[in-house]
Amino acid sequence: MSILIDENTKVVVQGLTGREGQFHALRNRDYGTKIVAGTRPGKGGENVEGIPIFDDVEKAVSETDANVALTFVPPAFAKDAVLEAAFGGCELIVCITEGIPAKDEAEMYDILKKETKASLLGPNCPGLISPGKANVGIMPHEITLPGNIGVVSRSGTLTYQAVHELTNLNIGQSTCIGIGGDPVPGMSFIDVIEKFQADSETEGIVMIGEIGGTAEEEAGDFIKQNVTKPVVSYIAGVTAPPGKKMGHAGAIVSGNKGTAEAKIQALTDAGAIVVKTPTEIGKAMKDVING
Amino acid sequence: MDLFEYQGKSLYQKFNINHPNSKLIKNLNDLNDPINLNFPVVVKAQVQVGGRGKAGGIKVAKDINELSQYSEEILGMDIKGHKVEILLLEEASNILEEYYISFTLDRSEKKYLIMLSAKGGMDIEQVAEENPDDLVKFHVSPSEKLTSSTISELINKANLNKDHEESLSEIIENLYLMFTEGDCDLVEVNPLAVTDNGVMALDSKVSLDMNAKYKHPYFDDFEQEIPIPESEKNAKEKGLNFIKLDGSVGIIGNGAGLVMSTLDVVAENGGKAANFLDIGGGAKAETVSSALEVLEADQNVKSVLINIFGGITRCDLVAEGIIEATKGKELVWPIIIRLDGTNSLEGLEILKANPNEKIFIEESMDSAAKLAVQKGL
Repeated sequence: MSILIDENTKVVVQGLTGREGQFHALRNRDYGTKIVAGTRPGKGGENVEGIPIFDDVEKAVSETDANVALTFVPPAFAKDAVLEAAFGGCELIVCITEGIPAKDEAEMYDILKKETKASLLGPNCPGLISPGKANVGIMPHEITLPGNIGVVSRSGTLTYQAVHELTNLNIGQSTCIGIGGDPVPGMSFIDVIEKFQADSETEGIVMIGEIGGTAEEEAGDFIKQNVTKPVVSYIAGVTAPPGKKMGHAGAIVSGNKGTAEAKIQALTDAGAIVVKTPTEIGKAMKDVING
Repeated sequence: MDLFEYQGKSLYQKFNINHPNSKLIKNLNDLNDPINLNFPVVVKAQVQVGGRGKAGGIKVAKDINELSQYSEEILGMDIKGHKVEILLLEEASNILEEYYISFTLDRSEKKYLIMLSAKGGMDIEQVAEENPDDLVKFHVSPSEKLTSSTISELINKANLNKDHEESLSEIIENLYLMFTEGDCDLVEVNPLAVTDNGVMALDSKVSLDMNAKYKHPYFDDFEQEIPIPESEKNAKEKGLNFIKLDGSVGIIGNGAGLVMSTLDVVAENGGKAANFLDIGGGAKAETVSSALEVLEADQNVKSVLINIFGGITRCDLVAEGIIEATKGKELVWPIIIRLDGTNSLEGLEILKANPNEKIFIEESMDSAAKLAVQKGL
């Protein structure tokens, strides 16, 4: 098994007629992903390389049974697009778009949570891949290998780096997920790790975090309470200059959290193996699964 | 983007938030024109750093002579490395009570957070730590409105003076509108004061969400007024995400996470990064050559590490950029390159076809960092 997407996933691409959307959707299709529809208001009835275009997601879902939306629309329209996908019947929305205003993200998340059952991955994320089954997003599939390790990360390129280290040691992955680093991400580390813990074919978890925010600390608490599978973790930004504080208000909210030290401590306390460089991720996981 | 106090106050104007009458001056000649303010007048240095009051950057002038004297003293003053180029002259207020209020996004709750306290005008972080009950925290669901009954409840909870409830309520409502409609990451007012002239926002600490620039044309005007450090100007003009650091290993990478991680790996190997430079996703050859140009301007750089993991970014284009920038040139420092991911084989071939005795190719991030540190000694 894998989590969130597999060989039965059917994807509708929002922004399929755009340059980025088309490039990556076709790449995903070449990999074997079922890209069943695209949307573009006013272009219903047309097609892109054989993929039918619909005026809206609801129509695409009713005609093609799409269950996942992949969103490439520009920032100014992203909130409406994501909500359209959720109300149109998609259970998972993967939003690649970078540069969405934080207020739009916060509102979008709030409405999704209160009024729909849809999950959102991103925005500003590379998407996810279940190697050998489906790739929904912009990750380079060449570096992946089917297997039993779940990978979750805030950063795009570091996700690739981690997957690459695993594949080099012949350690395959069940699903690799980039949750994105925006102020209000849809799925959190916790949401993803919970699914990896429940997935019968995932045997170990790689979690890659970075400085800022408190998501890694919260994940640490969750792992301590709920996760029995081995976790290997890496936190980027140990030597980075301290980021700007959001006034006194920001300091009060984050307290002592947010630094690399605090995150490493929280994860170590949770029983995770925290490595010092991304190169060590593969070896650490290998050692863990070989006992 | 953090705003100067006067910029934040120009937003107060836009959102009908009561604040003192004021005038901005950039040189002493500006004082020759009528200033149209009632004395006493507060002279406030406009710098983006805390502690300006203690550093002598805020003074109260009781007449025009003192105003000239203080303006002359403060203009050009250095406050923690920030040169004072602008003064805000403000009518002094007779303060009766001082409160604190702020609006931010609480990332872990994914909701807006309002913090309100009757203990304004002082170090609010200390209040939060020592008397947490004196700081009222309230979350607002982003898809809902902040109602007047909620505001009234907040005023009550924070023990603000009920005699001014109506004007407090109005100013809080408008500040919230400025935070939401105005796409601010932070609006912090300390003090929010009850004065002889009514309730006023006496200070402003505002940060804008630059992703929302397309909604608000005035974000651009503010941006142009904020000075960029000399060392980062060149990079900014070229559209690169660059931060100057104090080490000697120049870093170029793609993606903030990978670049941050590269700094760490350099440190693990006993070196120190000279900068943070992220060429972003989907970089072209041109981007890479301008990144190298930016590093050339830094005298401290002794070696350069290029660490690329191609996703959207294509390694062959990165290699072309490196060749473009270095071909036929006497390189001032060795360049150590690590390419992985999309089109890395093509990229490595391009590099090998154009050998340069100062360019070294390494297979892993670790070994590349190690060599970059060694070569920079």
